[in-house]
Amino acid sequence: MPFIINLPFFSVITCLIGAVLCSVFNDRNARRVCVVSIIIVIVFSASVFIQTASDGQYYHYVLGHFPAPWGNELRVGPLESLVCCGFGIILLLSLMGGDEYININVRREKRNRYFVLINLICVAMVAIVYTNDLFTAYVFLEILTLASCGILMIKEIGKTTIAATRYLILNLFGSGLFLFGIFLIYTMTGHLLMENIHEAIVLIVRNGNYDFPLTVACAVICTGLAIKSGLYPFHLWMPDTYAYSTPTSSAILSSFTSKVYIFLMIKIMFRVIGTDVEGMRNVMNIYLLFGLIAIIIGSVSAIKQHNINRMIAFSSTAQIGYIFTAISLSSVSGIAAGIYHIFAHSVTKSLLFISSARIIGVSGKSMAFHDLRGAAKRSPFASLMFTVGSLSMIGVPAFAGFSSKILISSAAAEKENTLSLVILVVLALSTILNTVYFLRTVINIYSTSKDSEKREKLYPEYVFASIMLAVLNIILGCYSVPVIKAITSGIELFI
Amino acid sequence: MEKISGHFPQIIAMILFTIGLSTLLLHRNLIKKIIGLNIMDTGLFLFITSVGYISDRLAPIIINGNTDPSLYVNPVPAGLVLTGIVVSVSVTSITLSLSYRLYKRFHTLNLDEIYLLAADEEER
Repeated sequence: MPFIINLPFFSVITCLIGAVLCSVFNDRNARRVCVVSIIIVIVFSASVFIQTASDGQYYHYVLGHFPAPWGNELRVGPLESLVCCGFGIILLLSLMGGDEYININVRREKRNRYFVLINLICVAMVAIVYTNDLFTAYVFLEILTLASCGILMIKEIGKTTIAATRYLILNLFGSGLFLFGIFLIYTMTGHLLMENIHEAIVLIVRNGNYDFPLTVACAVICTGLAIKSGLYPFHLWMPDTYAYSTPTSSAILSSFTSKVYIFLMIKIMFRVIGTDVEGMRNVMNIYLLFGLIAIIIGSVSAIKQHNINRMIAFSSTAQIGYIFTAISLSSVSGIAAGIYHIFAHSVTKSLLFISSARIIGVSGKSMAFHDLRGAAKRSPFASLMFTVGSLSMIGVPAFAGFSSKILISSAAAEKENTLSLVILVVLALSTILNTVYFLRTVINIYSTSKDSEKREKLYPEYVFASIMLAVLNIILGCYSVPVIKAITSGIELFI
Repeated sequence: MEKISGHFPQIIAMILFTIGLSTLLLHRNLIKKIIGLNIMDTGLFLFITSVGYISDRLAPIIINGNTDPSLYVNPVPAGLVLTGIVVSVSVTSITLSLSYRLYKRFHTLNLDEIYLLAADEEER
């Protein structure tokens, strides 16, 4: 076995050590440690990806040398490392992009703890993406939930505290359901490792003596994860959570946390239970239905908003709907489109949140649309970046949103006629709705107003992060073929 | 009836889980929500512990060199419960600290009143 398969475990340890170091350093050094540990995670995952993709196989990393049915394992494959690398880049860029707002919104003595939380989020992401053990996934799921709640409530105003309470209660409800599902699966199969559970479930389905408990387990696990990732009708915690927290937190929560839950769900759907189980098929159909409803409801609610950040948050609801629709097609192209959209949406949403913070900042800290008029004169660079993000969300060619929509439509076209027709109509409708609310905002920003004095202060971190996000956006939009090839070959090893 | 008779602990566990879940979602008082969360977790732990218990079997510690696995119970459920309890304690503590912060600011623990007060704050 190559040495490189140790690297995922090393990345977990690096981030944990980083978290401990951040808690004793002052804020500036804590920030350095945090950035370095995230960069280490990115480099490690990238090298693991290069190795496993060129080998064309995956490896099991056995923790503590206990063999398969008893021990704990990491599964190191191309898809996991690619996803981990992508999430790491987005985490780093969101952190850099909202950097000076951390200084404004977080009290000085608490600033180093913010970086502790970011490190914990990174640990949880790496562990959930690589793990092969359901209970480990649960433990890190809770760590991710608590750390996300932490970065939300660290800005000490009433709104974020209330939003954090709501977020935490719904997330704990989801975690409880998820834990219940794991226990049900464990009582039925006697295993916690994903491959062993899958083998046992194939036997159970063949014998047919646990059909009902298996259906309950599928339903409970998938409901729990859907609540945590914010699928309609569980999306109501989103607007307040994303709108009032510090920009880095909004970007991380919307483009990172909920996507990690979705990736865990893809794992459970396809590797643990399998889509040929009847209970899972039913769950897929329900996901498809709620995904399509989420696309429409999210867009309509976004149109009704008068607050720029709440509008972006409701657009997240719609985008989560896209991802669930793509995954629930349960074909290789569907999952690939879903994962591609996870990346496309993360890149775009982070850009939108960190740019909208500047636009709000130069408009008297008001999030209302009528105060944003003429913001392009006051803050030309942030407005340009916001426009790039908006165009990508709408799905204009050459941006990431366009290629992911194309992929979802072509995955839908493989299905039978009525179903694919319905999905395509909903996609077309939502594109129109997206155009309405994003272009309205962009036109508003670029319209003239009396207050057109330029007062943009550009921090080099923000400029670098937003240019990188915009470039990634265009790369994903123009050169989607190699990315989708890498994802597809990863998925073929994955299932 | 036959199906039920052997599974009283699990049935009790499910009843506890449902009580906890409904308290977590439906009560408006934050402390009661936290109590509901703990009842829900307790129900889950009771469920997995009762499934892991087999009467007439010993704790998985080898005595007199006897390694016959049919003498012992599976240690994993107990391990899961222990880890779960740790998670549950940390979740409870963070929820309690959040409610403390809310109480300090709004002087109430009722969520509806808190939403109203926050909306008033925004208008001002």
